[in-house]
Amino acid sequence: MAPDNDSKAGKGSLWKALDAIDRRWIFLLMALAVFLPLALKLSFPIPVGEGPSKNLFDYIDSLPEGSVVLMSFDYDPSTMPELQPMTVALLQHLFTKGIAVVGMGLWPQGVSLGQQALSDVADSLGAEQYVDWVNLGYKTGGGILIVRMGSSVGAAFPADRDGVPIAEVPLMQGIGRLADFDLILSLSAGDPGIPAWVMMAGDRFGVPIGGGCTAVSAPQFYPYLGSGQMVGLLGGLKGAADYETLVRQGVEDAAPGTATPGMAAQSIAHLVIMGFIVIGNIAFIAGRRARGGGVPG
Amino acid sequence: MTWEILGIWLGALLTLCLYSFLYRDNPFYKFAEHLFVGMSAGYWVIYTIFNVLIPNWWNRLFGLEGESSDLLMIIPGFFALCMLARIVPKVAGYSRLALAMIVGCGAGLQMVSYLQTNALAQVEGTILPLTEPGAGVGGFLNALILVVGVVCGLIYFFFSKPHKGALGASANVGITILMVAFGASFGYTVMARISLLIGQAQFLLFRWLPTIGLFRDSAL
Repeated sequence: MAPDNDSKAGKGSLWKALDAIDRRWIFLLMALAVFLPLALKLSFPIPVGEGPSKNLFDYIDSLPEGSVVLMSFDYDPSTMPELQPMTVALLQHLFTKGIAVVGMGLWPQGVSLGQQALSDVADSLGAEQYVDWVNLGYKTGGGILIVRMGSSVGAAFPADRDGVPIAEVPLMQGIGRLADFDLILSLSAGDPGIPAWVMMAGDRFGVPIGGGCTAVSAPQFYPYLGSGQMVGLLGGLKGAADYETLVRQGVEDAAPGTATPGMAAQSIAHLVIMGFIVIGNIAFIAGRRARGGGVPG
Repeated sequence: MTWEILGIWLGALLTLCLYSFLYRDNPFYKFAEHLFVGMSAGYWVIYTIFNVLIPNWWNRLFGLEGESSDLLMIIPGFFALCMLARIVPKVAGYSRLALAMIVGCGAGLQMVSYLQTNALAQVEGTILPLTEPGAGVGGFLNALILVVGVVCGLIYFFFSKPHKGALGASANVGITILMVAFGASFGYTVMARISLLIGQAQFLLFRWLPTIGLFRDSAL
């Protein structure tokens, strides 16, 4: 019986060792799971089926040329990896379709990030400032600001980000209030963001709302899709990669954007985490059994 | 060395300082942490003064930068001073005036909208016909799961009767649905955190390393 006992003791000690593994090994494996696919330029296909990303793409695609979309940059640098690629991909789609963009921000730092995306994409596609796009800038107030814009955009933003009076901006000539926009897009990292736009602009003034958000907040916005309060939603890096894929369909030699190359690292990191969860649970249960406890019901 | 490269190096070194905490607490991490807290506080004070206070209040009160003088701006100025009264214990009570204003306006503005958006519209979105032309079996199952999930989820939070028999079974279905929702939420949270790590990894690999001759052809 000695060998059996040894074997059992060996198995027990393995799970015990796994249960007590130094978490820095886990950090190291996670770092490898993220850095290696990026460094090796691994690429996985990103199939985009029916869903919130496709719905948003289709909605924007159905807007006629000359439409005007309000884009609110409600994020900051801490969520840039997820939201900036969405902003860029959305702008590429809008400008390619000949749709004008009015930018603004409920978050102060979002305005600068939005400006960077607006000027980069506009330059690459030949869109002209004040004719095809304008950035109104940041204003404090969140939901209260949106309500004010519902009656008068000019009262809420007398001048754009660079101090040019709104009355002198050709793009803003036909825009008096929120209802004059064909769509509102919010790139949202928290509050104020999508909930404020849905509540104060969508439900109150009847303007269609779409947008993108961090993956953390995506589940809380899914009910807005089911009830029709949002026309589409990009959730996290996957949403950004979906949109990049959709925008680049049929475009030869298109640059991949920054979200698409990150998806291979994302997938491998998720597999590693799933492995950790399985191993952790087995080690936990084996540890309980070894200590004479049962499996928790 | 250009300002851009200096910025990239600062960003990269501070990123590495912060990630060094994963090994153990150390002075580099402490330095980066304190720098971040101090910089954030300083940034927000300056940003608020120059982008909120001056254009929205100061210029309007004194008629500067093309604005006409508006003496009504004394009222928000008074409330702002009330808020700052918290610093002085003797007059700290005045801060309640400002808080009452904020709470009153916020509640008045949001109460009806919040109820409409997050309760009534959601109830409406839940009341679906089980069979719709063209929806097929998938559409039927989708609607069924939605209705059963909502009803059982609500039963789980009904505490006036013991969860036994049919009520208990429904509550069990409800908690199962809730667990699925929590699992989806956790999955999305993991994805968000990994995305942030991917963002910094892309920065280090394709913005910082090219400045020292590595990954030059991959620079973003």
